[in-house]
Amino acid sequence: MLQVSIYRYNPETDSAPYMQEYQLDTQGRDLMVLNVLEMLKAEDTTLAFRRSCREGVCGSDGMNMNGKNGLACITSISDVVKDNKLVLRPLPGLPVVRDLVVDMGLFYKQYERIQPYLQNDEPAPAIERLQSPEDRDKLDGLYECILCACCSTSCPSFWWNPDKFVGPAGLLQSYRFLADSRDTATRERLAELEDPFSVFRCRGIMNCVAVCPKGLNPTRAIGKIRDMLLANAT
Amino acid sequence: MHTLYQNNLKNNTTFLNEWFAVDLVKNANGDVVGCIAMCIETGEVVHVKSKATVMATGGAGRIYASTTNALINTGDGIGMALRAGFPMQDMEMWQFHPTGIYGAGVLVTEGCRGEGGYLVNKDGERFMERYAPNAKDLAGRDVVARSMVMEILEGRGCGENGDHVFLKLDHLGDEVLNKRLPGISELSKIFAHVDPVNAPIPVVPTCHYMMGGIPTNVHGQAIMQDADGNDRIVNGLFACGEAACVSVHGANRLGGNSLLDLVVFGRAAGMFIEGALNEGIDYLDASESDIDAAMKRMTRWNESSGGESVAALKTELQSIMQNSFGVFRQEEHMQEGVKKLADLRGRIAEAHLVDKSGAFNTARVEALELDNLMEVAEATAIAALERKESRGAHSRYDYPDRDDTNWLKHSMYFPTEKRVGKRDVNFKPKTVDTFEPKIRTY
Repeated sequence: MLQVSIYRYNPETDSAPYMQEYQLDTQGRDLMVLNVLEMLKAEDTTLAFRRSCREGVCGSDGMNMNGKNGLACITSISDVVKDNKLVLRPLPGLPVVRDLVVDMGLFYKQYERIQPYLQNDEPAPAIERLQSPEDRDKLDGLYECILCACCSTSCPSFWWNPDKFVGPAGLLQSYRFLADSRDTATRERLAELEDPFSVFRCRGIMNCVAVCPKGLNPTRAIGKIRDMLLANAT
Repeated sequence: MHTLYQNNLKNNTTFLNEWFAVDLVKNANGDVVGCIAMCIETGEVVHVKSKATVMATGGAGRIYASTTNALINTGDGIGMALRAGFPMQDMEMWQFHPTGIYGAGVLVTEGCRGEGGYLVNKDGERFMERYAPNAKDLAGRDVVARSMVMEILEGRGCGENGDHVFLKLDHLGDEVLNKRLPGISELSKIFAHVDPVNAPIPVVPTCHYMMGGIPTNVHGQAIMQDADGNDRIVNGLFACGEAACVSVHGANRLGGNSLLDLVVFGRAAGMFIEGALNEGIDYLDASESDIDAAMKRMTRWNESSGGESVAALKTELQSIMQNSFGVFRQEEHMQEGVKKLADLRGRIAEAHLVDKSGAFNTARVEALELDNLMEVAEATAIAALERKESRGAHSRYDYPDRDDTNWLKHSMYFPTEKRVGKRDVNFKPKTVDTFEPKIRTY
């Protein structure tokens, strides 16, 4: 029997959050953590968590599993379970709505702040804006972000200043457009980030890299933005 | 999808994130004047008034036990339209993708076979050479899916239970796999515990796409039929994407063509509505009783006090659909399936929502989704039973041939009478000279 301990909080009935213990017979199968949650929810329908694609694409089931952020649908229990125990908590650092569901408002706000869309002041051509294969390759490792928030909610700098530090997810996307040969708003984008908090609160802790379920490297992107900011300043 | 979201941010679109649309509000004239929607975070329920309601709710693959679709693909828009009494078109046409990862249902792209991968049975035989000597593994999805099922039924399936086949990619080499098929190795390692560089991926035909849906014209306007069987536009209701049936796919979608539904007809619907709004249209009124009618289902769940669980009923529905309305279909099995669904409908109408709380109550969402699954499943089942031929994705043992005399037609399912009618296929020009329909041979 797998011992599962889950963070529970229902704002309508609970004065404080608590950990609830469950037991699950996995019949020796190496289930995904999301399978475990679905099986428990079939018995206890009050358990709340987000999920949709169940294949690591939609990014809705980010949570903290035995101390590490990740997507429940692509994390097998053999990857995280120690001593037959699985502890599930909501993503750290964001307000909890209910159980494993967090309020992503601050996270999205930082994403919107970096204006995550192509900006080009030249008139749009009839078909499309072209890009060389080499320039296109520069976007690999940047565009694949699925906004699951595993990185930003594992980042101590984001925990401390979620309203002022853009956080690894937002900065990765910021660099995705700074690095895009078709985007002409580089100067404005950098000006928007030029303050002590937006970028420079990153301390290179690299928790973001350690947890990213898509294997992306926000710290490297943040380093590149710093280089651009410094080059811009001199 | 991210690009779409990003461009909506650019254009300051107002999102109601994590709101769940429950039912359409229809006025006495039969016009759609908005919907009832629930804020998932708080449980608050409101009537959203609208001049134009667009169903962009995607597919409903979750009516089957094995599907590549996300857990939320429960056909919510189709369910809403059916409950409002609007007809559905070609609901018997469900595409089964040949290569869902065995056990998980996760999709392995057709590109794998495009790049030179192929399917083998337990003897290591490349069996598609027998079924389609020319096109082989690149024959239409329905042909490949049926061939796979034939191999399995005839005892040449792989694995302990002989219930899947293998997709062989190892001969392509590391570089092709990583450069041309990004993500496939990752998916395979995670969900099949297999590295395709070394070993084949276990795959099985898996429900993938709903060719049918809300019938629309090229502007995305929903269509119904009047008493004489003529098309009539439904005021205020639009659909696009998989939920719609403009019918660019006929009975059998080709890979990549879902983008037509999205990029071409999604855009067309948007532009048409923009034009209509600029010309100025008024909000149509709904009476208290119109709104009460749309609230009925929500109220039913909230007042439920006993009965079966949502999860168990959903599993049963998926199993009926998988067994009686899957890759191959047959009269008796389908009749039995339709009976079982009728019984299930009665039980779902008395099922129990245990958790009545407001804040982020996903149990309530799943209960509401179950009603939608029920609507989609029944429309599929009754339409499939009625179409007495084989065409595209609809394949019957008892009627193995295509019957253009009687069935070169759309099916129209009318939910109020649970009746299936026909609608002319829109060939323009009204002849089929340019593309003579004929038996496919590969």
